[in-house]
Amino acid sequence: MSKFVRQLLPFGSLTLIICILSALEPDTFLTTENLLNILRRSSVNGIIAIGMTSIIISAGIDLSVGSMLALSGMVGAYAMIAIGGSDPQGSSLIIGTALGIVIGIICGFTNGVLITKLKLQPFIVTLGTMSVFRGISYVMNNGQPYNVPSYKYLGEGIVLGVPISVIIFAVIIAIAGFLLKYSRLGRYTYAIGSNRVAAFHAGVNVDRNLIYIYTFTGLLVGIAAMIATSRTVSAQPTAGIALELDIIAAVVIGGASLAGGRGTISGTITGTLLISVLRNGCTLLGISTHVQLIVIGMIIILAVAVDQLAQTKTRELQAP
Amino acid sequence: MTTSAQSNRSGTHIALRMTGISKSFGPVQALSDVSFTVRAGTVHALVGENGAGKSTLVKILAGVYQPDKGSTEIHEKPYTFDRPDQALAVGVSMIYQDLDLAEHLTVAENVFLGNEPKGRLPFTVDYKAMVKRTAELAKSFSFDIDPAAVVSQLPTGDCQVAAIIKALARRASIIIMDEPTSSLSETEVERLFEVVRQLREKGISVIYISHRLEEIIGLADDVTVLRDGRVVHSESVTKLDIAQIVRYMVGRELTEFFPARDVKPGDVLVRVDNLSSDSRIKEVSFNLAAGEIVGMAGLVGAGRTEVARAIFGVDKKASGSIVLDNKELSINSPADAISNGIALLTEDRKRTGLCLGLACSWNVTIASLGLLGMKRIINPARENKIAADIGEQLSIKWLGPQAAVDSLSGGNQQKLLIARWLLAKSKFMIFDEPTRGIDVGAKKEVYSLLNRLAEEGKAILFISSELPELFGITDRILVMRRGRLVGNLKTSETTQEEVMHLAAVETD
Repeated sequence: MSKFVRQLLPFGSLTLIICILSALEPDTFLTTENLLNILRRSSVNGIIAIGMTSIIISAGIDLSVGSMLALSGMVGAYAMIAIGGSDPQGSSLIIGTALGIVIGIICGFTNGVLITKLKLQPFIVTLGTMSVFRGISYVMNNGQPYNVPSYKYLGEGIVLGVPISVIIFAVIIAIAGFLLKYSRLGRYTYAIGSNRVAAFHAGVNVDRNLIYIYTFTGLLVGIAAMIATSRTVSAQPTAGIALELDIIAAVVIGGASLAGGRGTISGTITGTLLISVLRNGCTLLGISTHVQLIVIGMIIILAVAVDQLAQTKTRELQAP
Repeated sequence: MTTSAQSNRSGTHIALRMTGISKSFGPVQALSDVSFTVRAGTVHALVGENGAGKSTLVKILAGVYQPDKGSTEIHEKPYTFDRPDQALAVGVSMIYQDLDLAEHLTVAENVFLGNEPKGRLPFTVDYKAMVKRTAELAKSFSFDIDPAAVVSQLPTGDCQVAAIIKALARRASIIIMDEPTSSLSETEVERLFEVVRQLREKGISVIYISHRLEEIIGLADDVTVLRDGRVVHSESVTKLDIAQIVRYMVGRELTEFFPARDVKPGDVLVRVDNLSSDSRIKEVSFNLAAGEIVGMAGLVGAGRTEVARAIFGVDKKASGSIVLDNKELSINSPADAISNGIALLTEDRKRTGLCLGLACSWNVTIASLGLLGMKRIINPARENKIAADIGEQLSIKWLGPQAAVDSLSGGNQQKLLIARWLLAKSKFMIFDEPTRGIDVGAKKEVYSLLNRLAEEGKAILFISSELPELFGITDRILVMRRGRLVGNLKTSETTQEEVMHLAAVETD
């Protein structure tokens, strides 16, 4: 029962905040336009946070997602320009998008291989690749962005009144949620995070599964990178600086444990939305971005503290 | 008055008196109206099956839990503890099974952890004084240990001693030891007993929790038996024997402790040939027939677990072959071993066996998802049903397949792991110390399970440090010494003395 309460906690806080904001700012907050805007803004972070959730459940961490976002976008946009000229159109955009996503996959795969084959800690490996990926992004165009003025579809396109990026986000939520809950790979992710040695002794191919998980995250970062590029119609080498911290915060607020073995997609989505709604609400209420930092920081600590407390209570109830 | 040591200690000074202690966790009544008295300068054994309430009782004493009812007096003064440090302050020290030592620090640093003597400069520690005082403390109890040694470099027996010295440095007058011998070798056990006797000589009371009843007979002065959260008996050890204690523990006579074995071993099913690995085993060869239970004896460090690990693909093989069902297997990982029909129940169920935070059902099916028709996609309803069925078959006591593993008692956790390998349809099953740390009733169930598996035609390799159980259940006994197989004996034609001799004595 208390497990249920624990999962309900972030969702409850989100609902509460939405209610408060609706009451305070009914004319600006509670409009379709604003809500869709929140979702659109959440989609990039949310897609990456889904990948991060699987990594954190496996007791790992990926600090390189922000740099990976920049590199995927840069390579994608570079390919568009290389093929289609200074204002690429049509097929060059599609090829560039695909290439950007492939770069994400390669980056994630590299992380996975380094972590498993060299038996290094994920924190160290991704701290390194964070720097490497960022460096390559800067080197590519001497620190300058690539502009792709016609690459608007992913960022601004709307189908049946819903932004494309939100649709992609929803599809990824569904697929990842299903995989984590019902696939063998998902099950093994929890097992590895809960007790890696035991999972190995139970016949789990730990290395291969970890490589899958990091590669999967790379794929999601690649997709998110192309949405972000499209939204600003340019690829910035500075994109996603400190993004990893926002992402980890969302996952942790959603109830995942950095010690591994615990976390859900629904929790992570709630965590992501919680941060987005707070940001949006603060802006509507005229609270400066600087103060927003303070609020979000406190929320992270509060969420984890409450979660910890709930856990200790469960422990005590279950004692011999 | 006689002059024997035991009657000298039968003084009237009471070190600890707990009266009317009750404690419940949610709906579970862990202790009801327990009264527990320990005389000063005695070793008091606390026994009972898993879940009988031993841990809860000592954790209340150590201030980890607070009782719902009841009072605690230490040296005739009443106390209530809200936190462990309050118990420590009045001389109650608990030495946990996993010892709670900082591995990378020295013995002396551990002894004075959180209580370091100050150095001459501010914020510094007087390391020399620390080593000196640890050495003095060790000497006054005639313990032999190097205060400057790093804990991770020490054998487990020395770590125990370090933990005891740490307790003594805090002026403990009551020391609680929870299963202190479960990971010690024979010689280390002897040494620990000597240490405990030293403590007793100096007037310290030791509360000693153990499943090994022989130890209690040899060491303790008094014994208190708990069953289902109540004290069922408390008396001087000299007036009891093992059979009586067991009877109090389980509340019934265990006449047929070991199941009757009437399986006729069939054809040779497993052939291990010339097996060597980097981790200490050399040229080990043996066969197992279908339906045969083969024991493996040896001292701690003799290489028994390493044989299992090499067969199961955990350790790299340097040489050797494994033939199962006339087919030579190529095994490079546990996954290979499992898909070829080999199971390994590891000796450390918490570290290498269970995913403690996850559901019981997940732990049960993890090794056989493919076999159960859930190679890619899991059907939770079906999985739940499978787990519930096998749980019922093995009479696992749980709140249901969805319960978290850490809510189960040790014996039930062990059954959960056995269930895992039953589902994996293994033909060759290796059980490494399957009865370690589980209670008498659960042990008996494990034995009859092994017997049943043999009846089904499986080959079973049973590694154990307890000779009585090897003699109770096996057809043959293999003896390991220093990484080599030194004996392959028919159980009916050998004796415990012969096995012990082979395991312990150099012949060349």
